[in-house]
Amino acid sequence: MDPFTTLTGVAAPLLRANIVTDMIIPIQHLVGATRQGLGQHAFERFRDHPDWPLARAAYKGAPILLAGENFGCGSSREGAVWTLQGIGVRCVIAPSFGDIFFNNCFQNGVLPVRLPEDAIRRIAAEVEESPGNARVTVDLERQVVVTPRGEAIPFAVDARKKSALIEGLDEIALTKKRAEEIAAWQARDKQARPWAWESVAP
Amino acid sequence: MATLLDRLWDPHVVADLGEGWSLLHIDRVLLHDLSGARALTEVGEKGHAVARPDLVFATPDHAVSSAPGRTSETFAGGARPIAGLRQRAKETGVRLFDLGQPGHGIVHVMGPELGIVLPGVTLVCGDSHTCTNGGVGALAFGIGASELTHVLATQTLMQRKPRAMRLTYEGVLPKGVTAKDMILAAIGKLGTAGGTGYAVEYAGSAVRALGVEARLTLCNLSIEMGAKMGFVAPDETVFQWLAGRRFAPKGAHWDAALRDWQGLRSDVGARFDAEHAIDAATIAPQITWGTSPEQVLPVTATIPAPATPGDRAALDYMGLEPGRPIAGTKVDWVFIGSCTNSRISDLRDAAVLLRPGAKVAPGVTAWVVPGSEIVKREAEAEGLHRRFLDAGFEWREPGCALCVAANGEAVPPGARCVSTSNRNFVGRQGTGARTHLASPAMAAAAALTGAITDVRAF
Ligand code: SF4
Repeated sequence: MDPFTTLTGVAAPLLRANIVTDMIIPIQHLVGATRQGLGQHAFERFRDHPDWPLARAAYKGAPILLAGENFGCGSSREGAVWTLQGIGVRCVIAPSFGDIFFNNCFQNGVLPVRLPEDAIRRIAAEVEESPGNARVTVDLERQVVVTPRGEAIPFAVDARKKSALIEGLDEIALTKKRAEEIAAWQARDKQARPWAWESVAP
Repeated sequence: MATLLDRLWDPHVVADLGEGWSLLHIDRVLLHDLSGARALTEVGEKGHAVARPDLVFATPDHAVSSAPGRTSETFAGGARPIAGLRQRAKETGVRLFDLGQPGHGIVHVMGPELGIVLPGVTLVCGDSHTCTNGGVGALAFGIGASELTHVLATQTLMQRKPRAMRLTYEGVLPKGVTAKDMILAAIGKLGTAGGTGYAVEYAGSAVRALGVEARLTLCNLSIEMGAKMGFVAPDETVFQWLAGRRFAPKGAHWDAALRDWQGLRSDVGARFDAEHAIDAATIAPQITWGTSPEQVLPVTATIPAPATPGDRAALDYMGLEPGRPIAGTKVDWVFIGSCTNSRISDLRDAAVLLRPGAKVAPGVTAWVVPGSEIVKREAEAEGLHRRFLDAGFEWREPGCALCVAANGEAVPPGARCVSTSNRNFVGRQGTGARTHLASPAMAAAAALTGAITDVRAF
């Protein structure tokens, strides 16, 4: 996983609520697919529509997405994150996220930032003053989003997820350090709930 | 004063990681042919063994054809992931329920059916509808492929405890109204983000009156309300339903399990972070009109005037005109299936409408896709398949099929489908397909009349 520290770039406004992961990538492209090469299918059922915000040349390859409420709800497909990465996205800013998508982002070095809707609209308005030129900075260390005009908007992030992103930590390796604790829990549970183990014993 | 969420969650905390994070033990893992095959491969590529293959169960359901006589190669795109799942399951000792075997089926149908999912266990699957399994009183939720790899390697997962919501349905459901209508009505009321960040406990006399399969349907659409998990306190109905199932505890273990399970409920007076109530007696059969499950109406209502640009786009996509009654809208396809509504009781609910001589309306293609091999065999033993076939339905092989169109099967562009599945998103059932979500009986009524129809008129 690539570490995430700070990111400066174009922010593309996609201010619609309830963008489901089905919209980001239709499932058939994930059947037998690898993580790479999914960007070509990003939003393919929507992107040819004249009103589709990301269709504008100014927003091509934007590393930051400004989104509406409940972004990434629906299917758990992690391919939705890989697809966004495939079009260059490293950070999504939205008022709220689908729970599974939110976790999937951290697993892949993509930062999901929760900001109030009016703050996101403000950033979008500043971006739209000079589409393709205005730059937004997301500074994870300081936990601020800096708008094109220089306003610094603070955001909250979980300390555990923050350090995992900054250091690019491998969560499996971290958890494996607790192998003894896990084994002890299992031994205790086998005493307490033998039925939960015996019933599926091969 | 504990909630059911506390009672399901707290005993599974292996370590408190601070700031609300727990390292949670996962008691059961289910794998399917997309995310599951991927995670099984990835865990090996990262140099890890599968920690507890005895707690992991796999079945191919998404990328398999539902055509009669199908094999894993009938849909060419699925051949590789399914072969990969078989291969990795064998190498790692994970039990696989393959095509044609009792136990094969949609992952959220076969899990409870085999008794793999039990009250009080934690369960994950790389699939958002894992919440279905809360219907038996399990703490079950969907995760992404990377988290799934973590679980396979460690049998644990880092998670934050969600907030607790209670959704209470008091009263008696009117005739013709089902669990599907209960949950669609709730999503219409609370919206697709209403449950985000919450675990939802479904409670009240109308929920307690539901059979287990209906509870599974109710919990299935928790994720459509934004909630990663939903559950019902297990009771005698659940215990009787589980007794004797293949992986359910037996003998002394069963007695011990029953004692544990009896305590799985919220205390009277327990505090919830959010509470909602719906009067069950006021629920009518529901049907969606748009491209999100929250765009839903009683079948007696008229198509709403668009309130937002999103509504406008949804009406355009669906080819509907505001102000007209939704009932009477002509349909081209009907799909009875998916992890929402493909269990034996769902098929019986639909078959009730098939009086002798009943026929699928001309021009309508109607599919019945049983949720599992066991459901299929049970239905055939009862003769349900004959009745569907005689009426002009197709009787197909178990799998996800038209719910997600990941297996080469799709509703054609522009065609209108009444579907018992859970997602009416743009293109979900095929590019340009128009989906109306409804209960199995509503779907059967649409098939017979060729239009969206109030099942209570039958
Ligand atoms: S039936 Fe549909 S919702 Fe259920 S697991 Fe399969 S694809 Fe997902």
